[in-house]
Amino acid sequence: MAKPKKPRTHAPDPAGAAARLPWQPPAPPVPTALLISLAALLVRVLVSVGPYSGQGAAPKFGDYEAQRHWMELTLHLPPSDWYRNTSDNNLSYWGLDYPPLSAYQSLFHGRIINASLPDAVALRSSRGYESPESLGLTLGAIAGVLSRNDLFAAALFTLAINHKQMSLYFAPAFFSHLLGKCLKRKYPIAEVMKLAFVVLGTFALVWWPFLHSYEAALQVISRLAPFERGIYEDYVANFWCSTSVFIKWKRLFVIKPLKLMSLSATILAFLPSFVHQVKSPSNLGFLYSLMNSSFSFYLFSYQVHEKSILLPLLPASLLALKEPQMYGWFVYFALFSMYPLICRDQLLLQYIAILGLFFLIYYSPGGSHGKRLNISCRAKVVLSLPFLCSFLLHFTYLQIEPPKRYPFLFDALIMFICFSQFVLLTLYTNYKQWMLDTHSRSVGVKKDL
Amino acid sequence: MAASTSPPAAAAWAFAVATCVKLLLVPTYHSTDFDVHRYWLALTHALPARQWYTDASSQWTLDYPPFFAYFSRLLALPAPLVDGTLVSIPVPDAPPFTHLLYLRLTVAFSDLLLLGSVLLLARDARQRQRPFLALALVLWSPALLAVDHVHFQYNGFLMGLLLLSLYFLEQGWDLAGGVVFASLLCSKHLFLVAAPVYFIYLFRHYCCGRGVVKGLGRLVLMGAGVAAVFAAAFAPFMYYGQIQQLFNRLFPFGRGLCHAYWAPNFWVFYIILDKVLAFLLRRLGFNIAIPEASFTGGLVGDSSPFAVLPKVTPITTFLLVILAMTPCLVKAFSNPQPKYIIRWVSYACTCGFIFGWHVHEKASLHFTIPLALIAMDRLKDARHYFLLSIASCYSLFPLLFENQEYPIKVMLLLTYTTLMWVGFTSHFAANSDQEGKKVNRSGSTVMKNGFIGWIGLSYLLGIAAIELWSQVFHHRVFGDRLPFLPLIMVSFYCGIGMMYSWMWQLVYIVRHT
Repeated sequence: MAKPKKPRTHAPDPAGAAARLPWQPPAPPVPTALLISLAALLVRVLVSVGPYSGQGAAPKFGDYEAQRHWMELTLHLPPSDWYRNTSDNNLSYWGLDYPPLSAYQSLFHGRIINASLPDAVALRSSRGYESPESLGLTLGAIAGVLSRNDLFAAALFTLAINHKQMSLYFAPAFFSHLLGKCLKRKYPIAEVMKLAFVVLGTFALVWWPFLHSYEAALQVISRLAPFERGIYEDYVANFWCSTSVFIKWKRLFVIKPLKLMSLSATILAFLPSFVHQVKSPSNLGFLYSLMNSSFSFYLFSYQVHEKSILLPLLPASLLALKEPQMYGWFVYFALFSMYPLICRDQLLLQYIAILGLFFLIYYSPGGSHGKRLNISCRAKVVLSLPFLCSFLLHFTYLQIEPPKRYPFLFDALIMFICFSQFVLLTLYTNYKQWMLDTHSRSVGVKKDL
Repeated sequence: MAASTSPPAAAAWAFAVATCVKLLLVPTYHSTDFDVHRYWLALTHALPARQWYTDASSQWTLDYPPFFAYFSRLLALPAPLVDGTLVSIPVPDAPPFTHLLYLRLTVAFSDLLLLGSVLLLARDARQRQRPFLALALVLWSPALLAVDHVHFQYNGFLMGLLLLSLYFLEQGWDLAGGVVFASLLCSKHLFLVAAPVYFIYLFRHYCCGRGVVKGLGRLVLMGAGVAAVFAAAFAPFMYYGQIQQLFNRLFPFGRGLCHAYWAPNFWVFYIILDKVLAFLLRRLGFNIAIPEASFTGGLVGDSSPFAVLPKVTPITTFLLVILAMTPCLVKAFSNPQPKYIIRWVSYACTCGFIFGWHVHEKASLHFTIPLALIAMDRLKDARHYFLLSIASCYSLFPLLFENQEYPIKVMLLLTYTTLMWVGFTSHFAANSDQEGKKVNRSGSTVMKNGFIGWIGLSYLLGIAAIELWSQVFHHRVFGDRLPFLPLIMVSFYCGIGMMYSWMWQLVYIVRHT
């Protein structure tokens, strides 16, 4: 649910207009940041009054119930039982499947709610699934890297991984960038050792309750990587799901080769950007590489969920000033890829409002969206085609009953369109990352986070 | 570059942003006012005008003037296309989501009139561009959002009419201004309190100073215009012979001095003073009977609720309102100038709010919204508006009492406050830079004392303290006893801010207009 915030942070940047917006310079920076954060928080609060995921959908309800259940678990059980199937902890009913730091957080929230509202009715978040905290930790880590505070960044990023395994999407970028930087220094081995020490230390700290035995740790890990669920779920706009229309991956292969295939495909996909960062690490290149590596995971890794598109969105929003068109395009299709999910959760009204808000902020008065890409007319037509299709699909999906033989026809169409756009986008960002060197050798830090 | 956006375009953008927020507010809590308007929608659509003011099939009888009924009729026109049950009588008890959505959308739609007026008001009486923030302060007003789009009313539409008439007056088109104001009165008669200012201003500015014949001609013209509006509103019902019935509906006598939740005005202090005096006198040995009518229970009957102080009657409040308004009327009579009209009308509404009979807390919108337009004229105005808007918005908090809306109202107010803080400080800092050293004093005070000074700041921090008390500590200390104490504290504390605002406006009008 990190979408509305990012545009807020980036929209009000441009030069003075005839109508001076109150948050434009010379507005004081700290109150302005406060204003933006408050406005972003307001939007979240507003969305939260809508129905939440799985409301009234017995017997498993949804993500909201999962979060509530975790609070209950962590509050009442000792840490050693958190990930184990015991009489009190039935893992098939929303067993804990996030890393320990997340569990600690559940415990913390549970304590608060336990203190104030024993009935535990307060925490209502319509899509509190893609928890912004781990994205926040990652964001902190990126800020650390950009301001050359590598050790701190490594620690924060380790925390992020321990909060949600999903943060691994960014790992190749972090790894390659830090490695590339270390190799450029005087004593590469010592630098790498230092980083390794920090990372392992942080890991040990977080995993402390589970380290007493090998089994306990293994139990946690097996909960975190649920391979039994299959290579894809529903209609996620990634490679495996999109091609499954032609090649029935699930039928052709058992789990093991599929795992290997997805792993190698993912590695192949992020390899170019990885190599680039090891070879010539730069701040801007790092941001592109973050986007590329998370995209490669989204497109090719095992068991991807629709909501994971939020992970590439984070670096994309950091690149928003550099690539405004790409960003607007991406946000639109990222939201669109979650459209079936949103309809299922009955959040259509919220979807419209959020999409509207995003584009209003994107085209805020006084914005510098005047500078258009120099693309030819034909390219424009080609690009506007998927846009038009998606626009029509919005209505079709709601109004027209799909044919009996293909009940998920429109879901599949949405998936195809988004997949094609995502592939285009990642090709584009890979290209841009490699072109960085040829354009300018030294790109300074322009991003202030 | 698209950088040359004009304030009107930016205001339209701000309106679109507000509309998105309004969409997000659709599923929130709605008060019985929602049932009221839902019933009116069905009533005006299903029944002929003859029965509008006589139908009693619901407890929410129509008690607004005819123009509002026409407005409801208008909003009901597309309703059968959406859902036939929307406009059938009797209305279903538990409204389905489509009904809620439809009515919420009509509110958002009728706000277009407010947008139109704000766009017109982008230039002030001297044809200068108003700053964008002044327009945005109207369109993003958290009080308006809370009352219209959560609680459910059509104040945006009514404020649109008021602002439209103010726009005409500012531009010197007095006839149009008078006619629009007359139609506002025929939509909601609460604005009657601004009528004396309108009357005196229009008489002096439109009719006088042009010779007897021309003046008389204009007087007749204005009278004819206003009379035509009133005829359009009331003539049908006069024809049906229902005028008595209509007035009984519009002016239900027998209501108490205060609304169930006390509006933060003068009477809060009066009541509290009465309670304190009664307590002290009882301590001193006097035999003071405890009055039967209780305020805290929210039931205000006809018997005097005061133990010591004299009973307040509607006539008293009426005289007090007129008395409080007199300085402003004198000013409007002696020096009728378009550039002051917003101040005068706002002040008249403030007087009605502070001293009026059975005032609703929502009536504070009637002067905070127009005052937003002139909030950025001077630093003084900005300071005053900053305090006033926060106090008035906070006084509306008890309207949204459910847990679900709690974060929303807090975030709305905080965001708006920060917006004003950022906008005002940067605006006045920038202007003092431009105007050079001569008028640099105001700019440097922004920097030196902070923006509002320590008294204002401690007042605002007091609001936070009151909120903390009523949310956390009250329950700890008193348990379930004294359930109305937090509400009284809010009324009292916001009342201080309101009284300050009234006095500030009075002083300003006496000195500067």
